[in-house]
Amino acid sequence: MSEVLTFLETLKARSQQRAEEPTWIAARRQAGAARFEAMGFPTRRDEEWKYTDVRAISQTHFALTENAEFSQAGAAALTLPIDAYRLTFVDGVFSAALSDLDGLPQGLQILPLSQALTENHEAVGGPLGRLTGVEFSPFAALNTAFMEEGAVVRLAPGTVVEKPIVLQFLSRANAEPVMCHPRVLVEAAGRSEATLIEHYTGEADAQNFTNVVGEYMLDRGAIFNHYKLQEAPLGDYHVASMHVEQNRDSRYRSYNLNLGGALVRNDLISDLNGKGAEANFLGLFFGQGRQHVDNHTKVNHNAPLTFSNENYKGILGDRAHGVFNGKVFVKRDSQKIEGFQSNQNLLLSDRARIDAKPELEIYADDVKCSHGTTTGQLDEEAVYAMRTRGIDKATARALLTLAFAGEVLEEVTLDAISERVELAVAGKLPERFNLTGLVETASALNE
Amino acid sequence: MLEVKDLHVTVEGNEILKGLSLSIKAGEVHALMGPNGAGKSTLSAVIAGKDGYEVTQGSITFEGKDVLEMEIEERAQAGLLLGFQYPVEIPGVKNIYLLKAALNAQRVARGESEIPAPEFMKLIKEQLNFMKMDPSFLQRAVNEGFSGGEKKRNEILQMLVLQPKLAMLDEIDSGLDIDAMKVVADGVNSLRDQERAILLVTHYQRLLDYIVPDKVHVLVDGRIVKSGDAELAKELEANGYEGIEESAA
Repeated sequence: MSEVLTFLETLKARSQQRAEEPTWIAARRQAGAARFEAMGFPTRRDEEWKYTDVRAISQTHFALTENAEFSQAGAAALTLPIDAYRLTFVDGVFSAALSDLDGLPQGLQILPLSQALTENHEAVGGPLGRLTGVEFSPFAALNTAFMEEGAVVRLAPGTVVEKPIVLQFLSRANAEPVMCHPRVLVEAAGRSEATLIEHYTGEADAQNFTNVVGEYMLDRGAIFNHYKLQEAPLGDYHVASMHVEQNRDSRYRSYNLNLGGALVRNDLISDLNGKGAEANFLGLFFGQGRQHVDNHTKVNHNAPLTFSNENYKGILGDRAHGVFNGKVFVKRDSQKIEGFQSNQNLLLSDRARIDAKPELEIYADDVKCSHGTTTGQLDEEAVYAMRTRGIDKATARALLTLAFAGEVLEEVTLDAISERVELAVAGKLPERFNLTGLVETASALNE
Repeated sequence: MLEVKDLHVTVEGNEILKGLSLSIKAGEVHALMGPNGAGKSTLSAVIAGKDGYEVTQGSITFEGKDVLEMEIEERAQAGLLLGFQYPVEIPGVKNIYLLKAALNAQRVARGESEIPAPEFMKLIKEQLNFMKMDPSFLQRAVNEGFSGGEKKRNEILQMLVLQPKLAMLDEIDSGLDIDAMKVVADGVNSLRDQERAILLVTHYQRLLDYIVPDKVHVLVDGRIVKSGDAELAKELEANGYEGIEESAA
């Protein structure tokens, strides 16, 4: 419990500095703290945390920071080269200098959570915490107790936003580790359409803790593409609780791409609450060294005629440990639903490990559901065949590894993101095998 | 160009090659024939560098270099290329990826620059036409879902792009109908010149009607028991391997 107390003391100290808040926010914060205190950090005796040991987080003292200093050049090197509306947070603190909200189109509202909270904005009053309450997990409770900053994105009915919206979270190599508890709150009104990119990255030597809660509300017919590119520094801890609510005919596409972090836990849940709603979950997790990457996903088919499709690929080398737990739940009498799930893992070393657990829970009879998981190693015959053509072993392995990720990578339509993934996964490729060049050659042929 | 001397090779403790010697000069086409289990495929696999083959005695040199000391990819970069009897499927890696990566690896190993994209495209298109292959092949994963004949054509396409100094073709004719065999044979013949050599490993004489060898060797029980010119292959066709085996014993 001393671990819990340490976090509560940090919270208390912070509360004393804070200006007076609207009652509902203070109450929410208290509820979060109380819930966290009651639950404590999860242990491996909890079914949901069976394969993930969070002591590296609970036993570290994380401070809070108040400044968002980051060199322009350093930030530029980390920023995705995408023409986008951009909010930047440095160790959780909003940086106006590194943000760019010029020319926001009508119908699109983007504001830092701090501003929304200070103004007691209608955007947060009702929705904040509606999908991910303090009950969800000790981390969600902790986040609620500490919440100060994050992003609020609102799309008015029928608003189609062409440029992606990037939420950039930079982690610094501080003298002592710090933590942040950002919130992402998205309300996409009827028939609106947007692409959101959550990008977690930072300085190589950083050792911070990011505990984010995301809530995404998609009203009728909304189309929402949600990229998460997690390239956190290899010493960082990252916990994310993402909850999507989908009304009738809405379409949600998640690209959950995890490349960084020492200890990573993602929870992604979608509630398909209206007929015609469709969720696509694409995931790629890549671990090396002693990285630990845990992905928990859940699709709740709460209404008839709802569709889900999930494809997660895991690539683990060295002594990395991956976890995939995917659940498809079909509520009583949710007929005519389709739910497909696939998880494939590639182990690049004998000491790498994956724990994969697909689950189906169905309370309706007229459904089409399937799930499956496989784990394999690189095809050494194929490595040999490529070497007999003059391609060195490391490159052959890298190409095959990339090929394994191909099904998911091909769906990533933003080049700036797929390039980052390629670089991370096949990083050791000598320049002469520049894949971008090959891709260009391949597309030139089709013309 | 290639010198194999008194080569002894064991696989899982069984001696397959028992003192094989072979000398191939630039400009020559050699055919290695013999009954099943004689060790024909073993020779080309050992030269290419496949795992699981232990050389217990003898040597292999290529242009004076000790082949057995070279990594698999170095052998290919040096111009030794094996065409597989059973080409391997490489899921997710497009043919065009493989071709360009392989060609550039070879060029860089020779100290040349990477091939410019337009030049590469021109080369590929020419060779595709020659092998009567559709450009859509390039976008498909290597050998994945290819028919037997398509796989063999693809092996020859790789040869035409990579232009090896010594092409070793292991049972390149197996599983081919007559039309496909003609295309494959045309491909192989187009590689023939004074700078290059070809080693055909085959069970049947049929292929040698289309690719006429300079030298034919008969491999029986791990040794070359007889060598001759193209006529020897015809004799084998008429009399089978039995007579040779008896005379050798």
